[in-house]
Amino acid sequence: MSDAAILTDAEIRDLRTLAGVMIPASDAHKVPGADDELIFADILRSLERDFGDCRRALAHLAQLSGGSFSALAPERRAGIAAAFKKEGGAALALLNRVVLLCYYRDDRVMRSLGQEPRPPFPKGHVVEQGDWSLLDPVKQRSAIYRRTP
Amino acid sequence: MNEKVDVLIIGSGASGAAVAWSLADTRMRILCLEQGDWVKSTDYPSHGRDWEARSFSDFATSPNRRRRPTDYPINDDASPIKVVNFNGVGGSTIMYTAHFPRLKPSDFKVRTLDGVADDWPIDYETLEPFFAENDRMMGVSGLAGDPAYPWHEPPMPPLPLGKSGQVFGKAMNKLGWHWWPSDSTIATVEYEGRGRCLNLGHCTPGCAQGAKASTDITYWPIALRKGVELRTHARVREITMGADGMATGVIYYDRDGREQVQEAELVVIACNGVGTPRLMLNSQSGKFPNGIANSTGLVGRNLMFHPYAQTYGYADRPLDGNHGPPLCLWSQEFYETDKARGFVRGYTYQFGRGIQSIAEAIQSTEVGRMPWGPDHHRVYRELLNRRIYLSAICEDLPEEHNRVTLDPVLKDGNGIPAPKVEYRIGENTQKMIQHALKNARTILETAGATNIGTQVPILNGGWHLLGTARMGSDPERSVVNGWGRCHDVKNLFIVDGSIWTTSGGVNPTSTIQALALYIADQIKTRVSDGTVFE
Repeated sequence: MSDAAILTDAEIRDLRTLAGVMIPASDAHKVPGADDELIFADILRSLERDFGDCRRALAHLAQLSGGSFSALAPERRAGIAAAFKKEGGAALALLNRVVLLCYYRDDRVMRSLGQEPRPPFPKGHVVEQGDWSLLDPVKQRSAIYRRTP
Repeated sequence: MNEKVDVLIIGSGASGAAVAWSLADTRMRILCLEQGDWVKSTDYPSHGRDWEARSFSDFATSPNRRRRPTDYPINDDASPIKVVNFNGVGGSTIMYTAHFPRLKPSDFKVRTLDGVADDWPIDYETLEPFFAENDRMMGVSGLAGDPAYPWHEPPMPPLPLGKSGQVFGKAMNKLGWHWWPSDSTIATVEYEGRGRCLNLGHCTPGCAQGAKASTDITYWPIALRKGVELRTHARVREITMGADGMATGVIYYDRDGREQVQEAELVVIACNGVGTPRLMLNSQSGKFPNGIANSTGLVGRNLMFHPYAQTYGYADRPLDGNHGPPLCLWSQEFYETDKARGFVRGYTYQFGRGIQSIAEAIQSTEVGRMPWGPDHHRVYRELLNRRIYLSAICEDLPEEHNRVTLDPVLKDGNGIPAPKVEYRIGENTQKMIQHALKNARTILETAGATNIGTQVPILNGGWHLLGTARMGSDPERSVVNGWGRCHDVKNLFIVDGSIWTTSGGVNPTSTIQALALYIADQIKTRVSDGTVFE
């Protein structure tokens, strides 16, 4: 059974609304928000070992919201989210991490950052050798390690 | 009943693999028991789009987070530094940064030179040929001529400086401070069947290319060809004792959880600075009610971690980010004692060229640098690939209250009591950390970095597990002698970081392996001349 099936509908609605508050869509950067359908589906699939903490975080958020974060008027969400960010502690940190891990591996987001949407292997990357003459002054130094008796 | 072997090695990591390879020359029957399994290179995270996420799941550095069936839990609640390790063929060499400095000559003479802790019963010169042999076997890249070390020649050229390395080099030159390309076990050219580094940029949780040396691809293939047997999913519960005061072998659990007895003439422990005292403390008998070879009560004491003091900042332009091995340079300007600093001993800076993209988002959000809401995107784009950092590896001095014991409640999957770690950073090291932070800020500012922050100590920074079965000439003040044999049990050897008398201020794998090769050489010599049990 997937973790997504375990969250209640109310929790899913709150989580999706919160993800959109954390990372909203941006026309300027041409990126979706973290509440985008594909990205949010990835988030739900990825709660895994953080499921319990994420659920605790969502319960805290619901409490701060007086029942349901997603049911709040949009203008009220910012204030509640700010309080939640301040008080959320370790559980929120884990939830936030899942959101970021899924958001920044989305193809559209990666391309907007100039990144290739691919795993590191096998292509890897290019790192320039650099100017090895920078080491010349260090090579001129005499030994700096202590001789022992 | 398993057939008795001549040599039984417990643990297949950095030191166990080196000992197995070395002893294979003798044609003795050698068996290694490993609680983990082989890791296929195709399992490494760099193969998938979820490569960063897996650093927080099945390739997390903390066993408490990773929670593989082959891991054992560790209660480190009473420590500001959490233990990291890996359990599998290759041990924690599967999951290390491959930074490969050696201890220095002065590290073996701490009492003589600085009046603290104890001298080691061996010295740098004794280990020098074993350092060289290990460099060849592991495949080390680097540059000869470092004025911070006695002359040695790594077999491969150094890792590239890249953009970030040049920024650091220029800053260090302005300050007139030492820096040098790191010795690293990352292959920069094709080496002994290993491909050269492709700059995957995700070295710690296993190298998909096989450019990073881990003992499953260096020592083990040769040891196995020479006839050593390696039995995986074999978790040792205890070392058993005979009436003659010698170890008789071990009891272990196989992959099906069945109890197995394995007898041996000689037992070698290679389970790291937490796993080794845990096993010894779990090995209780009438002769050793407090754990095998523990007549002094020192088994588990004097745990040393190397507290890491990290300082980071942001350049005014994108640098290397996570492209390439993260650690490419070191500085040992502040390694040797200068009593005018207010502390003794010193530290190494390891320079980091950058961090992964999502790690930047996570870390910057956690410290409040990156906001939620519309401004999130702008701030992230200003941070991405601009972070550079220095981590000071600060020498820990041995203190008996820093220790590993057995947790009265926590157990692993086989019901074996888990280790409990109690540790606090000593006063000398605290002063060292402050010194390192101040100078790191100076370096970053000289490099033009801004927005400087620190992580002290790095929470999940317990990579280096040292000192918990210390080496010494005095049986009242140490657990093993100068060639790794337990004072109390004459056919029981320890070869991992547990036996370090002091910690130095460098990543320890190079010295752990050199020391293991030295001990193996001593065993071979003494088996040959009949003095090994005298």
